[in-house]
Amino acid sequence: MLELKNINFSRDGKKILDNVNLKLDLKKFYVVTGPNGSGKSTLAKIIMGILKPDSGVIIFNGENITDKSINERAKMGIGYAFQTPALFKGITVYDLLVLAANKKLTKVETCDYLSKVGLCANEYLNREISNNLSGGELKRIEIASVLAKKNILRIFDEPEAGIDLWSFHNLAQVFKTLTKEEGITLIISHQERILNMADEIILINKGKIKKIGQKDEVMSDIFKGNLLKGVKICDRNR
Amino acid sequence: MTEIDKNLLKEISEEEAKNASAYNIRKNGKCLDRKVSDYINIVPKEDGKGIDVYVKENTLFGIVHIPVIITESGLTDIVYNDFHIGKNANVIIFAGCGVHNDGNKEARHDGIHRFYLAENAKVKYAEKHYGEGNNGKKVLNPVTEIIMQKSSRMDMTSLQLKGVDDTNRITKATLYEGATLIVNEKILTNNTQKAKTTFEVELKGDNSSTKVTSRSVATENSYQEFISKVVGKTKCYGHVSCDAIIKDEGMIKAVPEIFAKDTDANLIHEAAIGKIAGEQLLKLMTLGLSEAEAEKVIIDGFLR
Repeated sequence: MLELKNINFSRDGKKILDNVNLKLDLKKFYVVTGPNGSGKSTLAKIIMGILKPDSGVIIFNGENITDKSINERAKMGIGYAFQTPALFKGITVYDLLVLAANKKLTKVETCDYLSKVGLCANEYLNREISNNLSGGELKRIEIASVLAKKNILRIFDEPEAGIDLWSFHNLAQVFKTLTKEEGITLIISHQERILNMADEIILINKGKIKKIGQKDEVMSDIFKGNLLKGVKICDRNR
Repeated sequence: MTEIDKNLLKEISEEEAKNASAYNIRKNGKCLDRKVSDYINIVPKEDGKGIDVYVKENTLFGIVHIPVIITESGLTDIVYNDFHIGKNANVIIFAGCGVHNDGNKEARHDGIHRFYLAENAKVKYAEKHYGEGNNGKKVLNPVTEIIMQKSSRMDMTSLQLKGVDDTNRITKATLYEGATLIVNEKILTNNTQKAKTTFEVELKGDNSSTKVTSRSVATENSYQEFISKVVGKTKCYGHVSCDAIIKDEGMIKAVPEIFAKDTDANLIHEAAIGKIAGEQLLKLMTLGLSEAEAEKVIIDGFLR
């Protein structure tokens, strides 16, 4: 359904993605994990079209989308939740959901999307997407906007980043429901709760896919140190 | 009334003027139609250059419309409208000016509005300015002067989104004890339009407060200037914020001035000018909007 072939991406003389090959199938829940700076977010942005690869090909739904723009990919059914949601003065939560759904929404429909992310429509629909909302609220609204859009592939870039553990506990339930959804879910995460939901975990290090497999398999290899050789780990006693 | 007149009135007022409790429609310097009520009287000034609007004490939910339209190229219309709002009255006032100029000369309207709010009076005041037509310059210079007595409140919204080539807008207010003034201004300029806005608010009475918010967008080769001066002479609160988006070759200058003359005066000024944030565009593009569509959604929302 989504295939990345020989994707390379460098910036300032540094190789960020090094000949990445990846195939994602429908009805599967993938989690991409790996150390900071390993290329996870770059990979997600390349799929959405936010970044263009230096070389390689992206096939989505049987079509070569390598040269397609962000909005063309969005119209084909790729959705993206940003790690840091954008703020909009004058645009309300309702407006954003309508833009995402590309149609007028009834209160019941908006309530549906917002309750999935643990928010009450009555309290939030008319609120501006601005600094008046907390980081956790903005993150939930960002996720709701991806749910409101008809997507075949949903990408979430570190949904846990910037959210306290208590809030994330509730949010994890949202992703749990996505495991039963049609289409493909791709989440960049380090959270064990999310990793536990994965059909497959994709481990990236230094721009290369080190392993794709089920959680136990991938995690045990990580702890054995087979997969992250060369990663500097801070020694607090030093 | 011609179709052009009707369209101008529609552009500057969402509500039909004739549904109001009292109205005065002015066209090309002359009164076109007027209605008064038992509680709201409109009296023309002797020289014909304006009106006095009297709202009786304790009038509740009165609505007043005083639109001005100009369709004559080369006309300069200067008008002085005074509003006398009685004690405890609560009214909504719609003003505004629409100019249609198809000639080659300048068409100009200077509307000087003076508000006198008695104790505990409440006013919602909305003004909208609009221009259309091809050749001649459309110039609007609204002046608003407000005197607010004890515990009175005024909510003012000012909107100019299209067609005005040159505007110099001045708002001056003096607030006495417990009075509150809220101002929301929204301006969009394009082509080579120029817009200058000046706010001067004097907080004279204990616990008086003001909040002035300006949101503006300057596109193409247009230029805007926002000047705000808030003086706190006693225990008071003043907050001025200017938020602006610039696009193409657009330019915006913000000149903030807050002057506390008392240690209990609490005055804040915020100003931010910048282009549309890249992350805003990206987010909307991931929802399927083109870059141009995303820009329009961001600007329309910002000025709503």
